[in-house]
Amino acid sequence: MNWGSASEFFAMGGYGFYVWGSFGVTAAALLIETLLVKKRLGDTRRLLRRELAADRESQD
Amino acid sequence: MKARHKRFAIVLGGLAALGIAAALILNAFQSNLVFFFTPTQVANGEAPKDRAFRIGGLVKEGSLQRTDITARFVVTDTAKEIPVAYTGILPDLFSEGKGVVAQGALDADGKFTATEVLAKHDENYMPPEAKHAVDQAHEASKTLKQ
Amino acid sequence: MSQPLINWFKFASPASFYPLAGKLWPWFAALATAFAAAGLWISFFVAPTDFQQGEGYRIIFIHVPASWMSMFIYCVMAFWSAIGIGFNTRLSGMMSSALAPTGALFAFLSLWTGALWGKPMWGAWWVWDARLTSELILLFLYLGYIALTAAIDDPRRADKAGAIVSLVGVINVPIIYFSVKWWNTLHQGASVSMTKAPTMAATMLWGMLLMALAFWMYSIAVALYRVRAIILERERHATWVAELPEMQR
Repeated sequence: MNWGSASEFFAMGGYGFYVWGSFGVTAAALLIETLLVKKRLGDTRRLLRRELAADRESQD
Repeated sequence: MKARHKRFAIVLGGLAALGIAAALILNAFQSNLVFFFTPTQVANGEAPKDRAFRIGGLVKEGSLQRTDITARFVVTDTAKEIPVAYTGILPDLFSEGKGVVAQGALDADGKFTATEVLAKHDENYMPPEAKHAVDQAHEASKTLKQ
Repeated sequence: MSQPLINWFKFASPASFYPLAGKLWPWFAALATAFAAAGLWISFFVAPTDFQQGEGYRIIFIHVPASWMSMFIYCVMAFWSAIGIGFNTRLSGMMSSALAPTGALFAFLSLWTGALWGKPMWGAWWVWDARLTSELILLFLYLGYIALTAAIDDPRRADKAGAIVSLVGVINVPIIYFSVKWWNTLHQGASVSMTKAPTMAATMLWGMLLMALAFWMYSIAVALYRVRAIILERERHATWVAELPEMQR
């Protein structure tokens, strides 16, 4: 174990800004990308369902 | 103009724009491919004389002197040496025996005045204890060779 | 022709790849989470402090894997582009477009974490050396691919144009990789390579490899998910789309 306390862990030996800036932005970026692709597939499905429903109605 | 021709023109235009951008970047890249010159290259007159350039090498052991905020040290590639003066904050990894890259200009008597000093570290990563062991092994092999 | 080739082409049709991708992505997502948990644990709690860079070197655990992924994803895009041009398969263009945003993201993260690492250690956020410049060009190639394919309305033509960009641009990948050998750079040489033993302590190496695996699994999961959206967008008028269970409500 490298750390004596939580504050030591967050300080990263004085490099806290750089280390957490790297890990934080990476985590945020991957999370945002995940949410965006989920939204993209959801939106597409919703749009297609609406289109198909309209098609069926016009055929009836 | 048919729609097909128009699309083709758009594709061609897009590729041309991309090509020009790439050419511009590569051109800028070309002048920077030589990021720094070693003291030997400087001694051979390979470094540009009309503009600022970078020198790179190791900080010679025992050469670092600090006066007020000005640091003086010698950059060596083990064959040639260049004395450097720099006023400013040195990076964390700057130390004697380690890699350094300095930007600045060479004056008439061969002294380099730096406007920026960067530390160049190596690709070795290990805990301090391991580094200590490596150093000791290195010392031992040196003694054996003598 | 031999039997396996026919099976292979069966999955090359969007109609059969859509459900397959839907079944596969959760497994890759789960693997990504598991590898990331193990990798982060090693990165922060097992890997020792570095003799030169103290705790600051821990940025390596995302910087190197992100850089590897940015180069590798571009190669995979070039592979799909070559398949698309050679066999004229619809799916290959969709795979390339599904990979591009993730590749661009990793190229950005490589540059971002590199800047945050360079500032304290080298003394500069950015320098125009061959390694950094060629990685920046990689980001521009990704963005160029995305912009070009988005600008062309006809998907098949967009795929063709994109395929040319990715096949031409793939030359940049070996340039990035060997830049530190071919030219004087501020960036240090490779710690891990095919030709010599790694110059890292074993636990540090493990942390880096686990994080690389996590990014790899993440990329596969997110690309499979994105390719499903792309397939639906492009095949919206196909009867198989109308017959999908999720379209029946």
